[in-house]
Amino acid sequence: MKNAVQNSVQPSEVPIKQSPKVLNPILEFLKEQPVWIVVVGCLIFFSFLSPHFLTVQNLTNILLQSSIIGFMAIGMTYIMINGNIDLSVGATMALAAVLVIGLQPFGLVFAIVISLLAGMAVGALNGWFVTKVGINAFVVTLGAMIGVRGLVFVYTGEQSLVGENFTFADLGASYIGPLPLIVVIFLVTVFLGEWVLRNTPHGRNAFAVGGNYEAAVNAGIKVKKHILINFIVIGFAAALAGIVLASRMNAATPTLGMEYELWVITAVVLGGTKLTGGYGSVLRTFGGILIIGILRNGMNLLNVQAYYVLLIMGLILITVVFIDKRFGKVK
Amino acid sequence: MQSVFHKNRIITLLKEQGIVIAFIVLISSIALVSDTFLTTENMLLVLRQVSIIGIMAIAMTYVIIGGNFDLSVGSLLSLTTVLMVDLHDKVGPLGAIIIVLIVGLTIGCINGLLIGFYSLNSLIVTLGMLPVLQGITLIYSGGKNVIIQNPEATWFSIFGRGFILGIPVPVIIFLGMALIFGIVLTKTIYGRKLFAVGGNQIASMFAGIRSKSVIFSTFLISSFATSIAGIIMASRVMSSQNNIGQGYELTVIAAVILGGTSLLGGSGSIFKTVIGVLIIGFVNNGLIMLGFPYYTQWLVTWVIIISAVWIDLSSKRGHVFA
Repeated sequence: MKNAVQNSVQPSEVPIKQSPKVLNPILEFLKEQPVWIVVVGCLIFFSFLSPHFLTVQNLTNILLQSSIIGFMAIGMTYIMINGNIDLSVGATMALAAVLVIGLQPFGLVFAIVISLLAGMAVGALNGWFVTKVGINAFVVTLGAMIGVRGLVFVYTGEQSLVGENFTFADLGASYIGPLPLIVVIFLVTVFLGEWVLRNTPHGRNAFAVGGNYEAAVNAGIKVKKHILINFIVIGFAAALAGIVLASRMNAATPTLGMEYELWVITAVVLGGTKLTGGYGSVLRTFGGILIIGILRNGMNLLNVQAYYVLLIMGLILITVVFIDKRFGKVK
Repeated sequence: MQSVFHKNRIITLLKEQGIVIAFIVLISSIALVSDTFLTTENMLLVLRQVSIIGIMAIAMTYVIIGGNFDLSVGSLLSLTTVLMVDLHDKVGPLGAIIIVLIVGLTIGCINGLLIGFYSLNSLIVTLGMLPVLQGITLIYSGGKNVIIQNPEATWFSIFGRGFILGIPVPVIIFLGMALIFGIVLTKTIYGRKLFAVGGNQIASMFAGIRSKSVIFSTFLISSFATSIAGIIMASRVMSSQNNIGQGYELTVIAAVILGGTSLLGGSGSIFKTVIGVLIIGFVNNGLIMLGFPYYTQWLVTWVIIISAVWIDLSSKRGHVFA
């Protein structure tokens, strides 16, 4: 069983190899990314309480369940490192989901492309209002959150849509080797997100913009273009999440994804990203996503009522910021 | 010379009272298309509909002037409404009202303590409080709808359904509270302290203002107002689902933003928040009168929020784009 615990956190240990200089890489890694202590703690806790928890099947399931929130949380990490916020991801996700189901008669590829474009368009519109017009991102995306939901209702006429194309449903249920296709895409996205953040000019600019906006402007960074790109990326990520969700159900309801923005922001904050900007990591966000996934899954296995899950998740979010504020400065 | 002076005055008027002018234009244009819109009955109907959001919005104005947010008001509205309806038959109306107010103030204390005294980010704390209160509501009711058995026989119905001199009681409570909140904000020391804290918290501390207590008090006020709104809601519906207040925090914040209160804190006005609330109320009512389905109002709200803030920004900086 102990072996299995270590296997399950294997992905997290990959980046250690990038820093061979440190004496005790695991300790150093944990100090830098305390979220993983909580992840491992949750894993151990639930594997003692439920015999069905620590199986390959269930751990894959957790990754599968987390991927929807996960895609959006990766995009949100960039947005929040910039010091912005996006409240419209849940609505954008719903828009992509209803489009990809509703446009199926015109061909699967067309439907997927259009819904991805729609997500990017919402992101671009938000980004344009934030950068070119200069409205606070909270206000812009609060408006979009209400308005895009309106668009979804107008498009569907309040009806749920059911897909006729079963190739689309098969896509969501297909496997690559031992892992579901969706999980593979999700893991690739996580590492791509972290790699871009750490190793490209775009990633470096993200920290610069969030750390000190004026300084970033003076340093010659095209700040507005950078923020616009991040909003388009999160629109794309939300659309991807919507397509994945629609494909798993082969259906879409207009109320889909309500309050998802809450879980997405919770995941990013659990990962230690600061709302004030300039600090954060996609890998830590991945830890935050896993905590939410493990808690939901574990409490389900223990037959805890969904009501208590809501309560506990909220309390965890508050506790994490409390601990971070009280003890975080010791570092 | 005279004309320049005149032009400046118009521009100042537009800058200061743009939202009021927009409101008047809006009302007149809907009234032109629909004959039933500008009747006393319809006006009172809209006022009654917006009074719950309005009561929450004027308190939210205090929170936002202090430089914070309260995203938990929607969930708190659900909790207080469910508690009120359920306890009405168990402990009687008066006891239920007292319990609801105590619960509401306790939640406000927790929010205020964490945000005011521990200086945590209000967005995250109240974002966490949102599912916590949802969870508590569901655990309390066990997911079932709650109902007041005999809504005709109780004096409690006056808060949501009563009329005094032909004016609905919720409207009287809303406008009365708006008046008090407005006076406190502009005419008292507390109001001046609140603006100072929201404008620059560190400077206000050096000026000898207990800024932490001021922020604490705004959250207490916000949850108190939300409890009042919950009591009115309970009295109006007399039976409640567990998610009755879901999403209210958005409409409330949207109304405050429409009223031109700066999200950075330090500026805002109760009067303009009331206008913001009325705009949302009349737009929703007008759209339904014109035969649009209810969800078109969300699209229109989007357009209104963005354009209101855009116009406000461009008038302040003198050009359209940043």
